[in-house]
Amino acid sequence: MTVEEFLYREARLLDTGELEAWLELFTEDATYWVPLERSQKDPFETSSLIYDDRALLELRVKQARHPRAHARQPLARTVHQVGNVVVTNESKDEALVHSTLTLVEWRNEKQRVWGAHVEQRQRR
Amino acid sequence: MGAFDRERLAMLVQPDRVHRSVYADPALFELEMERVFGRAWLVLGHESQVARAGDYFTSRMGREPVLITRNESNAIVVLINRCAHRGAMVCAEGRGSAERFVCPYHGWSYDGSGALKAVPFASSYQKEQLKDLRLRPVPRVAVYRGFIFASLAAQGPSLEEFLGPAKASFDDLVDRAPGGELEVAGGVFKHAYHGNWKLMLENHLDGAHPAWVHASSVAVARGAPDPGAPGAERYSDIAVRQMRQNGAPDAVWEAIGMWTTRYGHGYMGDYHSDDRLVAGMGNPAFDEYRNLLIQDRGEKEADRILRVTLWNTIVYPNCSFMSQFRQLRIVHPVAVDRSVVTTYSLRMKKAPARMFRDTVAFANVVNGTGSWVLTDDLEVYERLQRGLASGAVEWVYVGRGHGGDVEEPGGARRGANGTSEIYVRAQMRAWLDYMAAA
Repeated sequence: MTVEEFLYREARLLDTGELEAWLELFTEDATYWVPLERSQKDPFETSSLIYDDRALLELRVKQARHPRAHARQPLARTVHQVGNVVVTNESKDEALVHSTLTLVEWRNEKQRVWGAHVEQRQRR
Repeated sequence: MGAFDRERLAMLVQPDRVHRSVYADPALFELEMERVFGRAWLVLGHESQVARAGDYFTSRMGREPVLITRNESNAIVVLINRCAHRGAMVCAEGRGSAERFVCPYHGWSYDGSGALKAVPFASSYQKEQLKDLRLRPVPRVAVYRGFIFASLAAQGPSLEEFLGPAKASFDDLVDRAPGGELEVAGGVFKHAYHGNWKLMLENHLDGAHPAWVHASSVAVARGAPDPGAPGAERYSDIAVRQMRQNGAPDAVWEAIGMWTTRYGHGYMGDYHSDDRLVAGMGNPAFDEYRNLLIQDRGEKEADRILRVTLWNTIVYPNCSFMSQFRQLRIVHPVAVDRSVVTTYSLRMKKAPARMFRDTVAFANVVNGTGSWVLTDDLEVYERLQRGLASGAVEWVYVGRGHGGDVEEPGGARRGANGTSEIYVRAQMRAWLDYMAAA
C-alpha cells in the first residue's frame, strides 16, 4: 500500500463509520494528537484538543458506540478529503507523511467545515 | 422597562419553579446584560495574566469588551476596550504586552491607565476638546487571593461581601499551592454552545446529572484497565478515575455537601477521595508536594488544607472553578441561546512539575474542547435550549430538596443533601435580586 492509499483508506473507514477498523490502523505505541496552540511542541505542559494514547483512543471509540453517547449518537456524517501529500522522511520501516485534510461534517442539521494539517508516522 | 417590573419578574422565579422565559426570552437577556452583568462582580482572570506593567489580556463583561492591564504604577486596570474617538475596539482580542494601546483606525494612543497620550492631527483640536477623552475605566476593580474581579456598577456590595462564605472556596484553591503561588498556564480552551449562560452554572453543581449525561463515559471507563499503583500511573488513569467516579452510587452524591450564598454562589463537597482520583498519598510527586506545603505552613495546617474536600464552585454569574485540579471556567453570554466558555488551568508555581502534568491531563479529557465528557454536557445544554424554546409548557421544576434547606453560621445555606436543587434556587433568587433592584 502506498502512503496515499493508506490515507485514503483511513479517510474511508471514518466516512463509513468503521471506527473499530480505523482503530486497528494504530500501533500499540501510537499517539493521536490535536494540539491546542499553533506550533505547540509539548503535550504535557500545555493542553491539547486531543492527546490520546492508544488506550484512550480505544475508549473514545467505545464511548462513541454507547447508546447514551449524546454528542455522538448518531455519529456525524462526514467527508474526509485528503490532499497535498508529501513524504519528508522515509526509512525502511517508517515514513513521515504530511497531508492536508478538509473535513465536512453534517450533524444535528448543521454543516461544519474543518481544515487540518496532518502529520502521520506510517509504519510498514 | 414597564414590561418587566418587579411584580412581573417575581412571577418568573418562584420558590420551586422558574418560568422558561428566564432561559429563552431575548428581551430578558437584554435586561440581564444591564442588570445582572452590569451590576455583579465578574471574575475576569488572575493576576499572573498581567504579571508585569504593560501586560494585558482582553475579555468581556456582558456586552462590554474590556481590556485588563497593569499600568506604570503597577496597579491592575480594567478599561472599556473602545476608542474615545470613533468607537473602534482599540486592542485586538487576545493577550500580550504593550507600552501604548494604539487604535487601528486613526492612531489615537492610550497609556496603561487609559489616558489619551497622542492624537494625530492634534493641531486641528483645541486642547480642552480632548481633555476628557480617554479609555473609560470600569468603575470598580478588586482582587481576592490573586483573582481579578470587576464591576460595571459604581455602587454595590464590596467584593468581600459579595463573595461571603464562598471566600472559603477561593481560600481552598489558593492555600493548596505552596507559598499561595498560582499562575495561569497550559493554554486556554475556548468552546461555544447554543444555550443560555445559566445552563453551565447550574450543571456544574448538579450531582444528579453525571449518571445520565455521562453514562457512556462511565461505562467505558469501568471496562478500562485499572489505574496503576501510586508512582506507576499511566497518562490515561486520571481520565479513567474521573469518569468512573462520575458513576458513583446515588448515596455518595446524596452524602456530599452543597452550600449556597445570598449572591447566588454555590459550592459542593467532593465525591472522590484522593486515592480514587488524584496522584494521592504514596505517589512520590504528591509526597514531595505535601512536604513543600508542610515546610510552608506547618504539618497541622498543611493537613487541614489537604483535608478540605470541595469540588466545583460557582461564582455567580460568570465563573466556575475547582481546586483539586485547578480548573477555572468563565462563561460569556453572547445571546439568549448562545454562550462562549473559556477554560483555564492554574499551575502551583512551587509544586513538583508532575502535579501540573496531571492538571493538563485532567483538563484535556474532562474539560477540553475535544473531551467526550464535556461534549456530552454541551449536547444536553443544546437540547435544553430547544426544549425551553417551546411555548406549550411554561415551567421548569427545581423542587428537589426544597423545604430542607439549612441555614449555617457564616451566612451559607446548605442543601438538605448533595443533590438538592438548592443551587438553582439560590442562583434564581440572586437573579431576581439583580433584575428587580431599582
